[in-house]
Amino acid sequence: MSERIGITVTVNGTRYEREVEPRLLLVQLIREELRLTGTHIGCDTSYCGACTILLDGEPVKSCTMLAVQADGGEVLTVEGLEKDGKLHPLQEAFSEHHGLQCGYCTPGMLMSAYYLLEQNPDPSNAEIRKGIQGNLCRCTGYKNIFAAISDAAAKMQTGS
Amino acid sequence: MSWVGKSLRRKEDDRLVRGNGLFADDEQIEGMLHLYILRSPYAHARIRGIDTAAAESLAGVACVLTGADIKEQCDPYMQLGPEPCDKIIDLPLATDKVVFQGEPVAAVAAETAALAMDAGQLIEVDYEMLDAVVDPEQALEDKIVLHEAAGTNRVWHSVFEYGDVDKAFEDAAHVVKIERMHFHRFASTPVENNACVAEWTRQGDVDFLCNNSFIGFAVQLLAPGLRLPMEKIRARTYDIGGSFGVKIWNYVYMALAALASRKCDGRKVKWSETRTEHLLASGHGNERTFLDTEVALDKDGVITGIRSRHIDDCGAYTRYEPLGCVIWAQVLPATYGVRNFRIDFTQTVTNKCPVVPNRGYSRMQHLWFMERVVDICAHELGIPADEMRLKNYVREFPYETPNGCVYDSGDYPMMLEKAKELIGWDEWKKKQAEARKEGRWLGIGIGTTLDSGTNNFGQAQIMNPYLPFSGNSEVCVIRLDFDGSVIVTLGTGPSGQGHETATSQVVADELNIDPAMVTVRTGFDSAWNTFSGHSGTYASQFAVTGLSAVHGACQKLKVEMRQLASFMLEADEDDLEFGVGDEGPQLAVKGTDKAINYWFMSNVVNNNNALLGGNLADVTLNVRHVYRPPFEAPDTEKKFGNLTLTYAAQLHIAVIEIDKNTCRPNILAYAAVDDCGSVINPQIAAGQVHGATAHGIGAALLETFNYDETGNLLTATFSDYCPITSMNIPDIQYGHIESPSPFSYNGAKGMGEGGGAPLHTISAAIQDALHSEGIIVNESHHSAPKVFERVNAPNREKVVSVESR
Ligand code: FES
Ligand code: FES
Repeated sequence: MSERIGITVTVNGTRYEREVEPRLLLVQLIREELRLTGTHIGCDTSYCGACTILLDGEPVKSCTMLAVQADGGEVLTVEGLEKDGKLHPLQEAFSEHHGLQCGYCTPGMLMSAYYLLEQNPDPSNAEIRKGIQGNLCRCTGYKNIFAAISDAAAKMQTGS
Repeated sequence: MSWVGKSLRRKEDDRLVRGNGLFADDEQIEGMLHLYILRSPYAHARIRGIDTAAAESLAGVACVLTGADIKEQCDPYMQLGPEPCDKIIDLPLATDKVVFQGEPVAAVAAETAALAMDAGQLIEVDYEMLDAVVDPEQALEDKIVLHEAAGTNRVWHSVFEYGDVDKAFEDAAHVVKIERMHFHRFASTPVENNACVAEWTRQGDVDFLCNNSFIGFAVQLLAPGLRLPMEKIRARTYDIGGSFGVKIWNYVYMALAALASRKCDGRKVKWSETRTEHLLASGHGNERTFLDTEVALDKDGVITGIRSRHIDDCGAYTRYEPLGCVIWAQVLPATYGVRNFRIDFTQTVTNKCPVVPNRGYSRMQHLWFMERVVDICAHELGIPADEMRLKNYVREFPYETPNGCVYDSGDYPMMLEKAKELIGWDEWKKKQAEARKEGRWLGIGIGTTLDSGTNNFGQAQIMNPYLPFSGNSEVCVIRLDFDGSVIVTLGTGPSGQGHETATSQVVADELNIDPAMVTVRTGFDSAWNTFSGHSGTYASQFAVTGLSAVHGACQKLKVEMRQLASFMLEADEDDLEFGVGDEGPQLAVKGTDKAINYWFMSNVVNNNNALLGGNLADVTLNVRHVYRPPFEAPDTEKKFGNLTLTYAAQLHIAVIEIDKNTCRPNILAYAAVDDCGSVINPQIAAGQVHGATAHGIGAALLETFNYDETGNLLTATFSDYCPITSMNIPDIQYGHIESPSPFSYNGAKGMGEGGGAPLHTISAAIQDALHSEGIIVNESHHSAPKVFERVNAPNREKVVSVESR
């Protein structure tokens, strides 16, 4: 297992060069090598979505991809959502609507919601459900997460 | 201005929405080792030998642990139960025999997690497979015995008898008999798995950063297991990614990380469970079978007596069990006024994952039983489901149950009214009549449940009279800090329940400050000395025990502040009042401008104490309060006494249509009404109800731990276990009423567990949909395949009989 492959990834705007084992998962690269521990791990069958990030603008379960596959890519993680000391409207809305309890699913949930609103700035309730169907939350029963996403969408549209 | 009662935005969110939480697996320390646990693929097997040579010689492997190390360094974990539980040998690794699939047999610490796993694969274990027993009734036959030293699988048995039950049957107008009912095995499976980082220093101190959720108790079990005095163990938590009770006994595995650290000269060792390991071996909910149930009713359908035989299946080790064998008695009659009972209760071990006190622990199983009893009787006697409840509900409070528990307050009929309103009961009744004409299977079900909170540990003595546990307690330390702000430490170690926020609300009110001036330390640290043996987050109690500790600590601090202000201002204590002046919160002499602000008080005590001239030596402005609810030890012979302080209630109604082609139950409407007394933070309380509702719906429709007859778990990944997602959760109409508890200072009741209401409700709705098909709903799981089985083999003839006189 000593063979290593050189990769370059840009994460939240910062470029990183690393030599990694071919079997290293993208989520391990993010958490262990880059120390961005906001991205979590909750399962081993691509079910829970705690590890969701955006790679080149597309949502990816980073436990389901090798780090080497992300070579040359641009990654956005939860740590990259805040801009100039201001929380993203989704982060504000999750807190305001109590869309998180333990907060373990939250980073992945936020990334899926972020992608959803990029694709569809005014999603219906059914579209919100579908948008986060790959993200498991065990605490909230989802109700307040739906409310948070829909409120963030409204606020982002009016720019308030 | 009162902060209590407001939906204050949570303090915890600030770090969590940024991804800045610190969960146990996030801890990364240079030079730390990683632990891999090798687990048994078999449910029952003898270990003839273990060859670790290849693993040990792999580059990067620091150490390997096997049963031999454990025998040398550990004592078996204490089992709470009496004979024969005390004969069960429970160690962090199996030594001679494995008794469930997933039981640890060896552990490897290596430079990386991947290397540790590689090495684990190189360990050769020579197993001699044994027959397994997974069925609790078969297990009680003792043909296959798990723990040979115990000599039997039957780990507990007793009869709970109250009133004059046989007379109730003699006088009954109707007797309904239900042959068998079964509550299935599932668990709340928090998204964060178990994890810890352990260090066994050369000085012999052990430090854990972990995610155990009942840590005051865990350290009491860990220390003797590791042959250490308790003060040698420091256990800490920070953020915990959900627990729901499941993380109560991860101490069993935490020990392995500590032992590996010891073997590797004190290097830190991280253990992070995988999801499959979690599902296989971290802890399941109690599975229970109810046999030969007989229900006595009067001519109006009022239940007068119940006789039944219950068998609880606790999996392979007892550990915290057989506590579940008495915990259910907190809610013996459920929400109903039944006075006469005989429940014969047995617990058995089987070759399955051991159980843990999972959300709704043991009461949920019994409440489901009572709800099925009421619901089946209603259907069999032709009494409408709502009327049946109204005939039987307890109505006067405080209400003493036949076994001496005191229901503090409540109004179940009003909750029913409210839930009916939310769901549109009358409309649905009409739609149901039409649907039935079309031959559709549409049912409406009611579930009423209790969430008993703040338990009296004295009930453990009903289970084992020699246990040195009773009452309950929680601890808070509060300090007026140098800058006049307030620092609070708790013993609760929460896992998402917003304790930092709710505590800040209480402190802000008591000390007349803004919640922003209150810092509640995150998590738990045994080094803070802010804990008792009951400290933790479990059993629906924070709003009562946790906040009473906080409230009590505030009162003590205020006493000291008055003493100090009285001295400094040369005024009588009675002439002082708390308020806010130009220089912030203060104590002032009434009617004057003489005042001392919080900053100056702290300054006088901590930095400037010559001003005191040697007076007020007892004033520290750093006080510790232990809240103890007023419990007495129960009568263990009669099994009588108050087992819980508060009783929150929930009433749910579901409308379900079963697709006749696929047999899939679809929820068309769902209402949940909650009564948890006075509410500290409405948003947090509602969030708990939503979460508990999702767990119950998931368990009722999707989630189950299925074992084959060899003890092989068939649902050992999330993709097989299928926890409820955003696509399966119905829209929940939420409502609430408030019946303040007379027994807590703030009128609040503990409420986090939820009492499994959806299991009762969905079972009742399916019963309502399928009764006309000759089906009695006597199981708690209703996946499409289950419903398919049921409609293809109507069971009413076999399961139920009614004798009317
Ligand atoms: S960790 Fe569960 S989907 Fe990636
Ligand atoms: S907030 Fe705990 S898992 Fe979603």
